[in-house]
Amino acid sequence: MPLLEVDDVVVQFGGVTAVNHASFEAHAGRITGLIGPNGAGKTTCFNVISGLQKPTKGQVRFEGRAVTRLPVNRRARRGMGRTFQRLEAFGSLTVRENVRVAFDIHRGVLGMLRPAASDVDALLERVGISAYAHERADSIPTGTARLLELARCLAGEPSLLLLDEPSSGLDESETDAFGDLLAELAQEGRAVLMVEHDMDLVMSVCDDIHVLDFGSVIASGAPSDIRRDAAVQKAYLGYSDSDDDGLPAGAGHVGRGGVDVTRTDLPPVGVDDMGDETTVLPAVREPIR
Amino acid sequence: MSTFLAFTIFGLFSGAAYAIAASGLVLTYTTTRVFNIAHGALGMVMSFLFWDFSVRQGMPTWLALVLVLLVVAPAVGWFLQRFVCRGLGEGPVSVSLVVTVGLLVGCIGLATQVWKPEARSVMPFLPDTRVQLGSITVTGHQLITILLSAVVAAGLFLLLNRTRIGTAMRASVDNPELLKLFGGRPDTAAALSWAIGTSLAALAGVLLVSQVGLDYYALTLLVINAYAAAMFGRLKSLPMTFVGAMVLGLSTSYASGYLPTEGIFNSVRNVMPALFLFAVIVALPQAQLRIGQVKGSVAAPVPSTPKALAWGAVLLGVVAMLSGSMSTANLLLVGTAATYAMVMLSLVLLTGYGGHVSLAQLSFAGVGALAYAKLDEPSLYGLALASLIAAGVGALVALPVLRLTGLYLALATMAFGVIMDKLVFQHESAFGFNGTLPAGRMSFFGTAVSSTGGYVMLMAVFFVLMALFLLALRRGPLGRVLIAMRDSPAACGTLGLDMRWFRVGLFALSAGMAGMAGALFAGLRETIGAADFQFFNSLPLLLLAVVFGVTTVTGATFGGIGLMLMPVLQSDYPELSGLIFAVIGFGAVALGRDPNGLANLVFKGGRLAQTRLLPRVRASLPELPARGEAAPDPSYDEGADAPDQSQQKEVPVHAAP
Repeated sequence: MPLLEVDDVVVQFGGVTAVNHASFEAHAGRITGLIGPNGAGKTTCFNVISGLQKPTKGQVRFEGRAVTRLPVNRRARRGMGRTFQRLEAFGSLTVRENVRVAFDIHRGVLGMLRPAASDVDALLERVGISAYAHERADSIPTGTARLLELARCLAGEPSLLLLDEPSSGLDESETDAFGDLLAELAQEGRAVLMVEHDMDLVMSVCDDIHVLDFGSVIASGAPSDIRRDAAVQKAYLGYSDSDDDGLPAGAGHVGRGGVDVTRTDLPPVGVDDMGDETTVLPAVREPIR
Repeated sequence: MSTFLAFTIFGLFSGAAYAIAASGLVLTYTTTRVFNIAHGALGMVMSFLFWDFSVRQGMPTWLALVLVLLVVAPAVGWFLQRFVCRGLGEGPVSVSLVVTVGLLVGCIGLATQVWKPEARSVMPFLPDTRVQLGSITVTGHQLITILLSAVVAAGLFLLLNRTRIGTAMRASVDNPELLKLFGGRPDTAAALSWAIGTSLAALAGVLLVSQVGLDYYALTLLVINAYAAAMFGRLKSLPMTFVGAMVLGLSTSYASGYLPTEGIFNSVRNVMPALFLFAVIVALPQAQLRIGQVKGSVAAPVPSTPKALAWGAVLLGVVAMLSGSMSTANLLLVGTAATYAMVMLSLVLLTGYGGHVSLAQLSFAGVGALAYAKLDEPSLYGLALASLIAAGVGALVALPVLRLTGLYLALATMAFGVIMDKLVFQHESAFGFNGTLPAGRMSFFGTAVSSTGGYVMLMAVFFVLMALFLLALRRGPLGRVLIAMRDSPAACGTLGLDMRWFRVGLFALSAGMAGMAGALFAGLRETIGAADFQFFNSLPLLLLAVVFGVTTVTGATFGGIGLMLMPVLQSDYPELSGLIFAVIGFGAVALGRDPNGLANLVFKGGRLAQTRLLPRVRASLPELPARGEAAPDPSYDEGADAPDQSQQKEVPVHAAP
């Protein structure tokens, strides 16, 4: 049985469909990649899974039970942990305190009285950011802050890790180390679901990959299958090997609403997040009627 | 039947005016995400201006109207958006609330300074026109108001749905950056919405002034009606806002027509809008956590325990010296300052640490004072009980907004303040109408503290204890969680924190602290009345707390003294009383973006002295043992504000117990 099942989820903002009947799964002990161009609805999917966004339609099942109606914090208590694409570190606390808070929250009021110092240090050591322990979280480099979010999330002992672009901001050797860490975390029995733009990382560590485009899952399978998939190539490059329409790579394609969305021109990170869907059309999330 | 119709017409008339005001509020909020608490105050200033033009300067009514509605109001709105509120929408809601509250207080100050209190009246429009509808008469003014609301509704609909700039206004709500990318101009859209919004506030004010009268406060408070209506439309739907306004207008009108004129019901009429606002807020659906919000870089230094103890001792020493030498009148002022400082400490907890805003903190102090006086148990036990009651009332206010975000909590406190003012405190079983209650000075383990000097000393001790408690809380695990909640509610949620009860607990604790301050104040003054805890005084209290630094005990100390001095200054310079108010208001507008406030200057000065001056002094005195040189500022805890990165690594850490 998959640990996480996303079943026919639809999310609409005003007139814009951000997630369109998406279904996919994540299994314990495996690393699952969720990829797709900017604005494909990946982060919105994460928001639906973790409970920050109510789906217009569809179900999220965790450990075989529907959690669609549960608030964010109750899902976290069941074992979901997540990181954010646009960082949500506690900026005015130090790196160490960030992880400490996560332990405090996880262990509850009584647990707060128990010293967690050694656990905190062990976690910082594990993700490799001990050197930054006493820095304020809003002053550390982006890549480090992503690792901090991972450490903070691990403090809650989750069985499902939702990682939103965890490797952006890491250099090559850091990314390699990060890939090893991911494999380790999965080996320990966790399910890892990861949105990622670094294709080398995705292709090397992921066991399964789902590709989203315009909110729909257009392909699912092992990395080798995804690499060859015509629909995926088209979504990413605007054309595929088999589709000889004469468009050069990166020429962009016309998005819904007739807006020319030259997606490769958009900055790779930072613009989508909650605004995921609006990358396609700057339409109204909460329209004045 | 004809009376019913008459009340209906009157309800429709007031509903129409509320609708005009509320749609302006919705427009500015949806395009810029800044909820303008000063919306009513702007309408009030514009009504005074209209009076000035049409009555004092004798301009024709139409000219005065054109000048106010189409020239001055839009210009003011444009100016406010450009220079005051720009970028506020992306920041924490506490900052935009404080800035617009500053605007509100500034507007009241400005109006009282320019137009000194005197009897003024504004004629209704078309005073000679009457329309006979069966047995009842509709005045021309009422008719014009209802028609104008329809015109405003239609105009806004066309603007938002049929024009380019209207579409841009709707789009800029979601993603101004993206709008820019697509060739739109979010700044123009925002400025236009503020210009129109202010104009609508002015129109509503001008329409209501013949009925409400030219009053600084009544017109400002009319905004509560607009909030209520705007909430009914969930701050985004204009048609629902109009429906809400009409329901509110009608229910208020029927209430004044049919509720008994005796007993509690008489007061209920006055608070109908506030009750309506509460009801609407309770019915709102669960708010979703916002992610990707730009965080305020709030980080005030947390002093180490020895340092806090030392400063506490210094403060007590100063008060001890004063209490021996001062006149009773001045001692009462010191006691008042201590009261305000304690109430501000409760705001340090709520706003500084927790990121929530209460607009009625003095009302909670009033609850504490009332409970203390009613209990008639002048001892530690009575004080504790009074604080508990205030905390309980605080929890009751926070409970309905459990599921909602900071803005709604703030508005709920505003409604609460008005209800306390007009319904509870004035009630016979409380202070009574313009009445007072006696309150005894507290006895301390059987020993009565009867002298004013001794009592002021006692209050200072309580202030210091409260501050030490607050600092201990901030340094402990709960304090860390509080800061985490303020920095990123979304992350806290995904870590498994149930923020609802945490928020209620925080609010109750803060209300309890304010209540204790109120109870101590009751003992100080020995007679206590509703006038001591008026809702409107909570606003300068909040503003001064922020101006002096709502994140620190130091800020609360200076803020308390500042607030105590305000009425003293006003009575010394009565001709400038409005100006003093205006300075506080607009000062908060200017400084509201940095919640560390003026206290931060003190710390910066202190740090500068320690890092620059001290080494030089040491260098000149080589025989002094070099102490603590590895840490430039060992008295501040980690996580403390450190603008200087190079300095930060050296700050020692005491996080682990």
